[in-house]
Amino acid sequence: MKLTAKILKKPIASTLIAVFFGFIVAAVILLVAGYHPGQAFSALFHGIFARPKYISNVIIKATPIILTGLSVAFAFQTGLFNIGAEGQYIAGAVSAVLVGVKLNLPPLLQIPAVVLAGVLGGTLFGWVVGYLKAKFGIHEVITSIMLNWIGLYLSNFVVASSAYHMPNSTSSYPVNESSFTMLLPNWKTSDAGMAALKQHKWLYDVMLKTDVNFGFLIAVLMAAFIWYLLYRSTKGYELRAVGFNRDAAEFAGINVNRNIVDAMVIAGALSGLAGALAITGTAPHSISTLAAFENNGFNGLSVALIAGSSPVGCIFAGLLFGGLLYGGQSVQQDVGAPTEIINIMIGTIVFFVALTKVIPVLAEKLEKRGAAHVQ
Amino acid sequence: MKKLAAFLLAAVMAVSATACSSGASSSEASEQTSSASAETKHKLLMVTDTGGVNDQSFNQLSWEGLQKLAEDVPGVEVNYSESKQESDYATNLDKAADDGNELIWGVGYAMAGAIETASKQNPDISYAIIDNNYETVPKNVTCVVFRAQEPSFLVGYVAGKTTKTGKVGFVGGQKSGVIDQFEYGYKAGVEYAAHELNKKIEVVSQYAESFVDSAKGKAIAKSMYSGGCDIVFHAAGNVGVGVIEAAKEADKFAIGVDKDQSFLAPENVLTSALKRVDTAVEEVSKDAIDGKEIGGKTYSLGLTEDGVGIPESHELMGDETYNAVVALEQKIKDKEIVPPTTEEDYNTFINELK
Repeated sequence: MKLTAKILKKPIASTLIAVFFGFIVAAVILLVAGYHPGQAFSALFHGIFARPKYISNVIIKATPIILTGLSVAFAFQTGLFNIGAEGQYIAGAVSAVLVGVKLNLPPLLQIPAVVLAGVLGGTLFGWVVGYLKAKFGIHEVITSIMLNWIGLYLSNFVVASSAYHMPNSTSSYPVNESSFTMLLPNWKTSDAGMAALKQHKWLYDVMLKTDVNFGFLIAVLMAAFIWYLLYRSTKGYELRAVGFNRDAAEFAGINVNRNIVDAMVIAGALSGLAGALAITGTAPHSISTLAAFENNGFNGLSVALIAGSSPVGCIFAGLLFGGLLYGGQSVQQDVGAPTEIINIMIGTIVFFVALTKVIPVLAEKLEKRGAAHVQ
Repeated sequence: MKKLAAFLLAAVMAVSATACSSGASSSEASEQTSSASAETKHKLLMVTDTGGVNDQSFNQLSWEGLQKLAEDVPGVEVNYSESKQESDYATNLDKAADDGNELIWGVGYAMAGAIETASKQNPDISYAIIDNNYETVPKNVTCVVFRAQEPSFLVGYVAGKTTKTGKVGFVGGQKSGVIDQFEYGYKAGVEYAAHELNKKIEVVSQYAESFVDSAKGKAIAKSMYSGGCDIVFHAAGNVGVGVIEAAKEADKFAIGVDKDQSFLAPENVLTSALKRVDTAVEEVSKDAIDGKEIGGKTYSLGLTEDGVGIPESHELMGDETYNAVVALEQKIKDKEIVPPTTEEDYNTFINELK
């Protein structure tokens, strides 16, 4: 029993149990809505794992939300609630488009320029929030929610502006091809590339039918970097100290205001990076008029929650979330369940993960019970 | 302790039991579907644009068309796939190709690029797209376009005949070739009526820069009504829902688009410029199922093909105006009147009218 309690106390175990319960409740909801849960789940897993290109698509879908998840998780660790990841993501995407459409350099210069522009866009949004909090004590939730909307309408403004609007469409011009961060973008569509890829069916599928790009690698590197920054560097110690207790940190001689600004700047940069990589790495390589948020940032909140704000956990939580989002489309195509049901399913899983705090408490009780029996 | 162990055991058993049963039933289900697929000879699927399947506009109409097809023709299975972001177009189209669909519909010009790429990747599958025409249509793609200027001309004429203030409005979604058809067709219709009545009628037009933001539609229409317009026509998808709401509040007239929108406000929707996307989807799909050669073609549907029009109910405009519209319809069919589609055509149209 002690072992069970010990296992249950590990955060990973409680997360897995939560995901499991999420699926069970989702099954009940599907049943009530009149769809066969077995069929729906088999469609879901089929849609995620059946072909190499599906797995590739899941990874592509997961890349931006891993990064926005990291952004939120990092801010959490420093005691800030970054609900503005959505706006920072949009700012990143808009800045990447602003630069990528007008600039046309060789890829070796162009890609860093475009990605850096995106990072700067996100950083600026993050900085505003951090500065207002540090200088005037305005709560970051309020300012960042407002900035989300500013980001949305800024994006629509850029799309509608004559310099960037692509005629007869609802989107901007795509960024120049030299900014693409897919794997061998030119070679794979050339005749030689096609001929070479034809010999390997799965490689052909993965390369030509999905936008395999370097974004995921960068996301993983970033997760490792954030982990190092938080737990292995002096700066990270300071940032976390401010998060734990501002007054104690100040008493210890840490510059609280500076660390708040720094934390938001880094969080903003991560979300901006997500937006920039989405523009350079995936079709249609442009921004389009938004009526509502695309949720790349808000899904990051869920990812950070599932990951328990662990930077490395964000990678796996992002993959899980990406899988649910992408596989959910198959549930709809194969079983005919409306997307709303699938969103409820995803929501249920996240909800149960949010409840994971209950499980260690249960484990504690389990332990006590065991102790009572010994006596 | 024992109780707990027993509970856990029971839980495990229950889970494994459900797992077994669900496994069994899913294999049953797959048998069923496989036997069903022996009967279903045709699988069709449509991919919506980001408006979603309940957009009160062409996505919804296309889906209605496909559903009707599945009812009327035995052995046809239809499905849809909703895109939430523009980046979903490619992946949704790709999955649709994997699922063995023989005809895949893309709804809206926003999907033009994605459809073209998908058609190249899967030369054996037929694709069709609404509201878009390519310079060179790929050989496995069918384009369906509507001469929306024709019903717009008719509703413009109705507006011109009905207005009392001598000022009418137009709310567009986003400036594009498709919406230009509506705008200039409408303006020409108003002008035609003004010429007939020998008075001046002003048309104000404004764009919402969106097809979904109904609050913006409402705001624009409100300011148009308070600025003296008594009729506003919209070609802006979901934005138009706001326009009609504003008409209801101001107790003025609005003109619907795509489908008969009078159900939204029976007392205030004067008429609607119909684009019968549902019948078009149904007919083209039928042709494809019957094995007719539809690839590489563009279907241009207008009044003659019964692909566009205005609804028959006309309580709000009265018999006299309606009969005049029917006569006008015939003139367009006979090519006596050619409603303009661009600003340039519109200007020549006006000059010829004088």
